[in-house]
Amino acid sequence: MNEALLQAHDLVKTYIMGDNVVNALNGVSLAIHEGEMVAIRGPSGSGKSTLMNILGCLDRPTSGRYVLAGEDVSQMDDNAQANARNRKIGFVFQTFNLLPRMRAIENVELPLLYSGAMNAKKKAMAALEAVGLAERYHHLPNQLSGGQKQRVAIARAMVTDPAIILADEPTGALDTKTGEDILNLFKNLNRDHGRTIIIVTHDLKVADFCEREIYLRDGKIVPSERSISRRLPLEQAPPAEGRHLIEPAREA
Amino acid sequence: MLLWIIIRSSFQSLMANKTRSLLAMLGIIIGVGAVIAMLAMGAGAQQQILSSIQSMGTNLLMVRPAQISSGGVYGGMAQTMSVEDAVALSLLPGVEAVTPAVQGMAQVAYGNRNSHTSVAGGSVTFFQIRNFQIDQGRSFTEEEAEGLARVAVLGPVTASNLFGANSPLGERVRINGILFTVVGITKAKGDQGWFNPDDQVFVPYTTAMKLLFGQTVLREIDVSCADGVDLNVVSGEPASADPWHREGFKHDTPPPMTSIAGVLRLRHKLAADTADDFRVQSQADIIAMASDNIWTFRILLASIALISLLVGGIGIMNIMLVTVTERTREIGTRKAIGAKNRDILLQFLVESIVMSGVGGTLGALMGIGLAKGIPLIPIFNRFLTIVEPAVVILAISVAAFVGIFFGLYPAYRASRLDPIEALRYE
Repeated sequence: MNEALLQAHDLVKTYIMGDNVVNALNGVSLAIHEGEMVAIRGPSGSGKSTLMNILGCLDRPTSGRYVLAGEDVSQMDDNAQANARNRKIGFVFQTFNLLPRMRAIENVELPLLYSGAMNAKKKAMAALEAVGLAERYHHLPNQLSGGQKQRVAIARAMVTDPAIILADEPTGALDTKTGEDILNLFKNLNRDHGRTIIIVTHDLKVADFCEREIYLRDGKIVPSERSISRRLPLEQAPPAEGRHLIEPAREA
Repeated sequence: MLLWIIIRSSFQSLMANKTRSLLAMLGIIIGVGAVIAMLAMGAGAQQQILSSIQSMGTNLLMVRPAQISSGGVYGGMAQTMSVEDAVALSLLPGVEAVTPAVQGMAQVAYGNRNSHTSVAGGSVTFFQIRNFQIDQGRSFTEEEAEGLARVAVLGPVTASNLFGANSPLGERVRINGILFTVVGITKAKGDQGWFNPDDQVFVPYTTAMKLLFGQTVLREIDVSCADGVDLNVVSGEPASADPWHREGFKHDTPPPMTSIAGVLRLRHKLAADTADDFRVQSQADIIAMASDNIWTFRILLASIALISLLVGGIGIMNIMLVTVTERTREIGTRKAIGAKNRDILLQFLVESIVMSGVGGTLGALMGIGLAKGIPLIPIFNRFLTIVEPAVVILAISVAAFVGIFFGLYPAYRASRLDPIEALRYE
């Protein structure tokens, strides 16, 4: 197998709160390959947010090594981290986090403006097309539905052609149907465009959409009793409440 | 990130919250407006004072008593200048005319009208020396001037105050209760703002001294010199003598007897090592003094206005701090998608500069409007205002600088926000 796109070795993150030492991450190692769609799941307090922040170059591990697309990004300074976030990572947030005074196209353009890329407008338009919102490019966020906002956010995440798209509870603020649509969009981007996607969630149904699940508990990766693979026959796949989520994906 | 995109988005966020932006800018608007209006008034006053000094006539030397002090203790003005001194000065070479000048305030009444007016006493040459022309009637004769005659020449404003549209010639007015016959009216010189030369009464100096003000010594002798004469030679005091110094000049070598200083020192029997007991001032001295005065006045006005600019800056800092807090999530989002600390710093700095720059421009418009508008208000119509373009540019630049200075701290705070905390902020 090729060198993994994302490699984490023995990540430890320690917080000191007063006299208490809290190990939010307690030796996490993982590898994610290009073109994978992976869920990071765990109950609250499991350390998944901490792991996401480190994988997203928003935070630095106390110890351990994190290599993203061939570059060790674990102990970079603020500027280098900002650069890494800009070029290698696309963020999708639970609450969309679009800038309210900017039109859809301007929101999508923004990462390109920070990197000083050429043809920002063209690339932004292409990204909006890929999420099916090209005709709404001139709308302000408050003129868009929740699902549309999240599509704009996804377009913004992929406009720089990043190594990974990191989505934090991307369906958390959406109704079931719209959430499904968004997950299907991720699936399409993964299958048809070869995007590497990491979804952080506590929601089993969301995790079921992914090929692989990394399950975190108490700052450690533990084997998930419900690891899903696309190779699994449907009969063995998720129970009833998860099934309706999977079917549209198969049609897509 | 391109600067113009930042500037454009700064304008967008300014417009997104119009009321708040306007309130935040109010301090700057008022500050810049005040700087411009006040400096325009100062410049106007300067212009008026200088032109009024010049309207008194060039070639004019004024001799006044010096301040006496012994051992640094103020001892009042010298009481040594006499009418005979004035006569003696009129004989000097290069001197064209001399007049004693008496000045005071008096109640001037006609019928049931009266006004508190400035009274000037002089000899026949007074009108010529002070550049007054007679419009109607005549000035007083030499006999009247020297002979305690109760005749008066009115300024045109005083005349219309007392007589309205009627002719005052030949009428009798009461000055401090004493009846005077009006013999003439001077031609209008125009209001000079701080002093109106058209609102005064001219009487013979003998009458003014003895009947009106009870003076026995002179407080001013005006000397008009011939054209082309060096005023410093006539005066006998160097031009560089400090105009602020009210004490008499101390001569290293005795002044020539053909000069004012020489003649007066002899007449006052001053020893060679004592200072003059008088001061000789030329127009240049007085202009320098007045300019100095006005400059101080303008700096005072400008500093008061600058303080309000400073307060305006604090207003902007306050609103920028609120904005940064309000937009914490936006800052987190921008950082997550790759904004560096300096991008955030620049964004908020530009925003505060745009705010103070817009405020400065609005303030400049307000200041220019005020400066143009003040003289249109009836009670302020004496004021002349001059808006200098350099002042406008300076005021706007200071406003922009205030924006940088007071925007720096909020922008720095924004740039230092931890993206994780910022994204989590509700």
